[in-house]
Amino acid sequence: MAEDSCLNMLSVDLAGIKMKTPVMTASGTFGFGMEYSDFVDINKIGAVVVKGTTLTPRSGNSGVRIAETPAGMLNSIGLENPGVEEFLNHTLPSLADYDVPVIVNIAGNTVEEYGELAKRLEVKGVAALELNISCPNVKQGGIAFGTNCDSAASVVKMVKNNTSLPVIVKLSPNVTDIVEMAKAVEAAGADAIAMINTLLGMAINIHTWQPVLGNVVGGLSGPAVKPVAVRMVWQVANAVKLPIIGMGGIMTAEDAVEFILAGATAVAVGTANFVNPYATMEIADGIKDYLAKKGLSHVSQLVGQVKVGEK
Amino acid sequence: MSKMLVQAPIVEQEMIANQVNKLTIYAPELANQAAPGQFIHLRVADGYYPLLRRPLSISSVDKQLGTVSTIYRIIGQGTARLATLKQDDIIDCMGPLGKGFNLECKTPLLVGGGMGLAPLVFLAQRLCPRPIEILMGGRSEQEMFWTSIYNQICKEVHITTDDGSVGQRGFTVDVLPALLESGIYDMIYACGPRPMLERIAMIAKTFAIPCQVSLEEHMACGVGACLSCTCAGKDNKRKKVCTDGPVFWAGEVF
Repeated sequence: MAEDSCLNMLSVDLAGIKMKTPVMTASGTFGFGMEYSDFVDINKIGAVVVKGTTLTPRSGNSGVRIAETPAGMLNSIGLENPGVEEFLNHTLPSLADYDVPVIVNIAGNTVEEYGELAKRLEVKGVAALELNISCPNVKQGGIAFGTNCDSAASVVKMVKNNTSLPVIVKLSPNVTDIVEMAKAVEAAGADAIAMINTLLGMAINIHTWQPVLGNVVGGLSGPAVKPVAVRMVWQVANAVKLPIIGMGGIMTAEDAVEFILAGATAVAVGTANFVNPYATMEIADGIKDYLAKKGLSHVSQLVGQVKVGEK
Repeated sequence: MSKMLVQAPIVEQEMIANQVNKLTIYAPELANQAAPGQFIHLRVADGYYPLLRRPLSISSVDKQLGTVSTIYRIIGQGTARLATLKQDDIIDCMGPLGKGFNLECKTPLLVGGGMGLAPLVFLAQRLCPRPIEILMGGRSEQEMFWTSIYNQICKEVHITTDDGSVGQRGFTVDVLPALLESGIYDMIYACGPRPMLERIAMIAKTFAIPCQVSLEEHMACGVGACLSCTCAGKDNKRKKVCTDGPVFWAGEVF
């Protein structure tokens, strides 16, 4: 099969973001894009979603920030980042050489800060914004906006009023009903949904009787969370019209296909990058092989095709 | 110099002390590029537990044979799994990662505590034929298996143990000032527990001797992406232990 048609099988237009493949990077796991450039052809990634960016630099949480758990990991980085100014002056220019959509994950302490970030980031080279209203590791902002429908909606409205870029909202699984959150951000004008962020967890060192993480609790990611994520994507896909970026423990192409069948238009790879730096590439190739084996011509033919209640 | 990922055959898995192994892999390109102070990042299981890679310092390379060795203590599930691998097994290895030691010196003093002595072997190899002295500390004689390794490379080996079973009783930092009084060293290279490194940095500053420290941190990606391993720099900027380090000038971090 010619290279072009292979790529065409995977091309995705997600809320106006034109991607060569449905395989994106998950924010916080791929740095600011260049860190994996020795291993990954950045041009072949669907989209690079950079580390959560805030108005001013943040040093993150102190103490131990990661803990390995069965088939997963906990992190409590705490949104360490050099701030939007540094991003605009140094990071974004370094990504300009690549033909890849750059999506900036933003987090604010207040609704106004989200608006300010949106305004500052409406520049050439930024393809979309991803609203981080689901970081479990910071006290203010982050998840405080992501567990209440009204606050989530007000963040979305504020950002939409300050940008013409597509706005993706990253949802937290740490809520009673994620479908209600999805409906709320859809009604507020969001263009797409990314889900799920990490599940709040904890690990204890039984020798010292202390929490493993300096921040006591942290976000669980990796294969351990995949079934929860697939379930939530399926529920939300049945309730909203917005395209969904599915993520949560995707390690292989088979995992990615599961999310797409559940209703995701695209997928994001996170923890897998740490285990296998080629993961994004291999997953895209694997989806292509899967489509060929199933006799399908385009990845969109899989979206939401899970047969529930059929034999 | 670029980072690589190789599927490396294991040449040897040797127990060199109680719960301490030396793993040697065949990775010629990696061996050619590796510099002292850098590390390799090993995937110890094919499945999902343990999930994350294990960062281990490079303790020696042999460019002729194309091999890279690491000396590691079996302390958790990852290293226990690693220790089960045998000759001819294949291991998934990223490297060489991180920033290594600056080798510009004439009369270096190496200071290592516990498993911090592992990367200093490679450093000592590369510093040869300069006259190298090492000050090494451990809990007891049993932990001082390093002596036989360093005796071959170093002009002089100074030892401290917590229990006094060999060498001077106490810590490396207790002995360090007296050694520095001689005024012969023009560089200190240190690796070991953080509190030890902090003390060494202070002492080196007092004696106005340049000092490099190699830090250890919990890591996930090893390439600067996840920010698990960052620490505060003296310039108020965050430092990534995996890519800005693991070797730093003492003044950058202490």
